[in-house]
Amino acid sequence: MDINWANVFDWMSLLKCFVVGGIICIIGQILIDKTKLTPARILVIFVTTGAILGGLGIYKYLVEFAGAGATVPLTGFGYNLAKGAIEGVKETGLIGAFTGGVKAAAGGIAAAVFFGYIASLISKPKMKKQ
Amino acid sequence: MNPIETKKAYQEYVDKKSPNSPILKNCFNAFWVGGLICTIGQIIMNICKERGFDQTLSGTIVSIILIGISAFLTGLNLFNKIGKFAGAGSLIPITGFANSIVSPAMEYKSEGYVMGVGGKMFTVAGPVLVFGISASIIVGIVYLIFNTQNMTLV
Repeated sequence: MDINWANVFDWMSLLKCFVVGGIICIIGQILIDKTKLTPARILVIFVTTGAILGGLGIYKYLVEFAGAGATVPLTGFGYNLAKGAIEGVKETGLIGAFTGGVKAAAGGIAAAVFFGYIASLISKPKMKKQ
Repeated sequence: MNPIETKKAYQEYVDKKSPNSPILKNCFNAFWVGGLICTIGQIIMNICKERGFDQTLSGTIVSIILIGISAFLTGLNLFNKIGKFAGAGSLIPITGFANSIVSPAMEYKSEGYVMGVGGKMFTVAGPVLVFGISASIIVGIVYLIFNTQNMTLV
């Protein structure tokens, strides 16, 4: 299989991806440092925000601009869920709202459950340092 | 390190440490580590596209690969070191989601493989899925309502 490596390392798209992904992480870092929110709450906030921005049709533009810079952060996970739900509604109406989101994110969720379990099994227990 | 004995001593210790937490340095580290993880994702995505997968499938492949890598890095205790350095830089990308599944599961391994590992996997990831999926269902229903009224939302 021939791969055009010039397309793979398209510097402009990688730069946009780097900057946007980095800025989203800075927002998270500011939330960690300036508020008392636990990491779990921050993850929830990011996913929900992504789903809402995806539903409003705003996040789509960020994905078009930055590619993985917008889809790899957890806001992209929320966006993916919301996009799937909207596509589901277009195809099958109300029932699509329930099936579409998880269907779109199924790969990520299943991989997280499967690899998470395997990795936990092979992990070494942490040494308690005194 | 001496164990901190009383709550008061601990609070003083926290107060002494927390105000001058170097937020600029943290943000800088979060920026470049987070950006780097996203860039790795973009490179994987570009390779997938070059091999003829469509946009959606490429995105799924990127998620699966990044989740797999970070799950195993957490299992090997390497991800915690990155996380300590990068903060949100490794938490906010999808790698943080995988990390949030593996680290509680590792901690409760002694409680057994079903309720210990299998149950505690979702202490952090559970809320993320609950709110993410619920939000997506609401988005779908809102879209349905607006669309049948000929008021296009998207």
